Amino acid sequence: MTLTEDPTTTADGPAKEVGNARLRKEDARLITGKTTWTDNMVLPGMLHMAFLRSPVAHATISHLDVSAAKDRPNVVAVYTGQDFKDEQGTIPCAWPVTPDMVNPGHPSIAVDTVNHVGEAVAIVVARTRTAAVDAVEAIDVDYENLPVVLDMEEAVKDGADLVHASTSSNTSYHFVFDAGEAGTGSDTDAAFRDAEVTVSRRFVQQRLIPAFMEPRSAVVGVQGDNYTLWSATQIPHILRVMGALTTGIPEHKLRVVAPDVGGGFGGKLQVCPEEILALLVARRLGKPVKWTETRSESLMTAHHGRDQIQYIDVAAKKDGTVTGLRVRLLADMGAYLRLITPGVPALGAFMFPGIYKFPAYRFECDGVFTNKVPTDAYRGAGRPEATFAIERIMDELAVELDMDPMELRRKNWISAEEFPFTTVAGLEYDSGDYEQATQAALELLGYDELRAEQKRRRESGDPVQLGIGISTFTEMCGLAPSRVLGSLSFGAGGWEQASIRMLPTGKVEVVTGSTPHGQGHETAWSQIVADELGVPFEDVEVLHGDTAISSRGLDTYGSRSLVVGGTAVVKAAEKVVAKARKIAAHLLEASEDDLEFSGGKFSVKGTPGAGLGIQEIALAIFAAHDYPEGIEPSIDAEAAFDPVNFSFPHGTHLCAMEVDTETGFVTIRKYASVDDIGTIVNPIIVEGQMHGGLAQGIAQALYEEAIYDADGNLTTGTFVDYLLPSAADLPTFHTGNTVHAATSNPLGAKGVGEAGCIASTPAVVNAALDAVRHLGVTDIRMPLTPERVWRAIHQGGDGGDRAAEGSNAYGGARTTESGIEEAAQ
Amino acid sequence: MIPASFAYARPTSVDEALQAIAAGGEDVKIMAGGQSLIPVMRLRLAAPETVVDLTRVTELRGVREDGDSLVIGAMTTHSDILRDPLIAQYGKLIAEATETVADPAVRHRGTFGGALAHADPAGDLPAVALALDAEFVIAGPGGARRSVPASAFFVDYLTTALEEGELLVEVRVPKLGEGWGVRYEKFNRVAQAWSIVAVAAAVRREGSTIAEARIGLTNMGSTPLRATATEQALVGADVSLETVTAAAAQAAEGTEPSSDLNAQADYRQHLARVLTGRAVRAAAGL
Repeated sequence: MTLTEDPTTTADGPAKEVGNARLRKEDARLITGKTTWTDNMVLPGMLHMAFLRSPVAHATISHLDVSAAKDRPNVVAVYTGQDFKDEQGTIPCAWPVTPDMVNPGHPSIAVDTVNHVGEAVAIVVARTRTAAVDAVEAIDVDYENLPVVLDMEEAVKDGADLVHASTSSNTSYHFVFDAGEAGTGSDTDAAFRDAEVTVSRRFVQQRLIPAFMEPRSAVVGVQGDNYTLWSATQIPHILRVMGALTTGIPEHKLRVVAPDVGGGFGGKLQVCPEEILALLVARRLGKPVKWTETRSESLMTAHHGRDQIQYIDVAAKKDGTVTGLRVRLLADMGAYLRLITPGVPALGAFMFPGIYKFPAYRFECDGVFTNKVPTDAYRGAGRPEATFAIERIMDELAVELDMDPMELRRKNWISAEEFPFTTVAGLEYDSGDYEQATQAALELLGYDELRAEQKRRRESGDPVQLGIGISTFTEMCGLAPSRVLGSLSFGAGGWEQASIRMLPTGKVEVVTGSTPHGQGHETAWSQIVADELGVPFEDVEVLHGDTAISSRGLDTYGSRSLVVGGTAVVKAAEKVVAKARKIAAHLLEASEDDLEFSGGKFSVKGTPGAGLGIQEIALAIFAAHDYPEGIEPSIDAEAAFDPVNFSFPHGTHLCAMEVDTETGFVTIRKYASVDDIGTIVNPIIVEGQMHGGLAQGIAQALYEEAIYDADGNLTTGTFVDYLLPSAADLPTFHTGNTVHAATSNPLGAKGVGEAGCIASTPAVVNAALDAVRHLGVTDIRMPLTPERVWRAIHQGGDGGDRAAEGSNAYGGARTTESGIEEAAQ
Repeated sequence: MIPASFAYARPTSVDEALQAIAAGGEDVKIMAGGQSLIPVMRLRLAAPETVVDLTRVTELRGVREDGDSLVIGAMTTHSDILRDPLIAQYGKLIAEATETVADPAVRHRGTFGGALAHADPAGDLPAVALALDAEFVIAGPGGARRSVPASAFFVDYLTTALEEGELLVEVRVPKLGEGWGVRYEKFNRVAQAWSIVAVAAAVRREGSTIAEARIGLTNMGSTPLRATATEQALVGADVSLETVTAAAAQAAEGTEPSSDLNAQADYRQHLARVLTGRAVRAAAGL
């Protein structure tokens, strides 16, 4: 890729900013830390909060005495659940996926019982952070243990121990999508009855931790009965509404600010208990407070992701034509329902058919309570799980039919001329060409040479075997058409808001409701506006993340920002131009119809030379000495955009994997992907999103797993045991694009934030299996630890459970009252 | 996480350090590079009364020759080791293992002596020191010095022969010159992680025969271990794939490794055999 900073001018007029590989204008301050992260905030008289957290997974609090902590130096107050039980409400769940979904409520701080390790039990408020942390150790607490529920397959059995005594079972909901009943497909039972071949598998989506770089942090400022909550959140707008509803602070008295935020990956798409408690404590004391989590606290208490057991059946004809798909999920909710906990697996329901023309499809999902921290959104949210299952079982079906896995896919995928295509799940895929992306990916990988090498290694019995894995995926992004969200019982719409302010000097402020947390909105939005208004890229400033500045918005998740928020910016810009046109016509003494707008300038058709720049008009209307009667003296504008459909990025990901059969160690030899994400606004940002997404998707396949021991302690309580790869562990990514514009937005953009994460995981696992399938291996559980791969090769099975003991490096870190206890030595 | 409060001393000489340790109260922790101690304190796994920081004790930093030995000051950082010409010439096994320690930032502050005194069985340098029969020079209260062989230095998990009030001053290792081949074979899942298992091998060939073999095992028990059976099988053997493989098959004899999420004990023993084979083959030039 060529990095260019200066757009070139072509004979057809000024070069377009959209498509230009601009370096990100926000990066200098983000990378050097020269910005105000939430934890940098210091308010006069600010107090600090620290939490006593439960060291046990399920218990009643039999004794809790905070008096000694209150006597510690610099401690201002110590609170327990009893202090807030009447005003803390419940952490909101905005996605009741079924009318009879059971939601036992989610207190921000435990009152009588604790339901997962790490749940808040007491809050120390002190003048310094150190004093608060020290005083936590002085709290006297006893627990009476209750049976711990951890295993979903056990938890759903009759007579199982219950997480919540108030419920009759551990099943929160049973969600069904049946294409036959919905009228989008034929009868699934009949499809399986008549099938020539069926393949059934049980796949495990391990529990993951979002592991954003900046830990969560919240600061609450108090001005009379007005409150400002600064938070490292993805969703200041939603947090404002939900925070107001939960605490009873009137919405117009609550301002929420997300300053620069260091990553989220869905992990900050939440109304966190600690945010609510910070508001409650600040209101109780009338003083500003701050809470910033430690990394161990983050791993233990911020919501986790994935954690599904997937039972998937596919029916097919002997020639490989697929005839039916049946999916049953157990989805681990954890102990409580947070903002969209139940909706994540339900969102996946629509993606299991992938790119294939299944005539029949049925999906069922049980949301199951366990004594673990709640799950919720994590990059891809439902779609990686679905993509993994379908792409894994297509390989299994290919093996069963003795077909080439790519040929099987090709036989069943939607062909380019069939777009727009309505799937068996009822979605209308907008555009694409799976064959084209696949051909490009095969060339990028050097598929034929690697297949030849694979054959040589097999024949020579090389201890290092080679495999190639395929993932031909699509996803739904650009959340979302509000009416569709309504039909899915989601608690909000999917529109987005933008406004444009034309300043007197001609500079432009763009206010977006789509709050970034590292994506590069400021650069991309500037490029869009530069093109729409014909102003220099440098003249555009993008404002975001503060509900007092950006009053309406629905924030950033689900690869929605460019598709929905970027489109809102386009719409607002169109309004600005339309308003400016009237003034230009007036000042140029011409008819509006005779004006053309190009390169930021209105000119009169057929009259070369005469013209007026939009930046000049901004000054003219600021002065407002001379403008038409009957219009307002402003060319500022705002717009809201509600998409009519999702957009559907797709692509072909190929992974070549070396497996050391002596040790089980797997090494990615080469990774190639060709993605169709519609029109590309900024190739560098796209490349960055792809790399990050690939890293996270590969990490699910190879490295990451949140492990609880038999008592419900989080074994992977530090980054020693919760393993994240670095650049040193990942291969060079060979990426490419095909471009089929999205049809549901004027930019033609499809969204790229999650694509790499969704697509890559099954490609990696399929590759490892392809390398060792001739040795009798049919499945390996994720992550593919060397031990699991070795056991699968040499002992059969899927590699099995890992030991639940953490590694002993520097003593090992385990959960306890202060967060940590010494591992058994 | 924030450590519990502690008193802090920053001496500039070994004598001052010994005095600070003596005066530090019941629970004194000596901090070399701090790359293990600080995380442990931040997690409140350790809450020492006093931390004695050795970073300004410059006399403890550096590598020198003494006859057939290299003498490595306890405060020599990992980066110092990697840049040192004497190490490059006579301490290749140490250099190979040091290169695999964590990441450049950790290697910049972490020290040779600190890594050994911490005695983490998953750490890379203890097995190397054991394989080399290093001598640990220890200063006691008042300045008296004693020397402890590596075989007696590593006592248990995170436990060494260092007594209260004592300070590791320097480590003497034999020069490995002509005829010696070395390999540190480390097995971990990501580049920055501790060893799941690692093998430190040094082999001296005389023609087509193995004259000496030193093999240390990392993370195969609560202390670093020698693969004694393999060493014995190798000495006097022909340099061949068959003899090395047969000898490596005995590498896990007598080990009782732990089971954790990275590896259960039987798999660790398997790894020890495979990695020993690879390390010895490389060291012997096969």
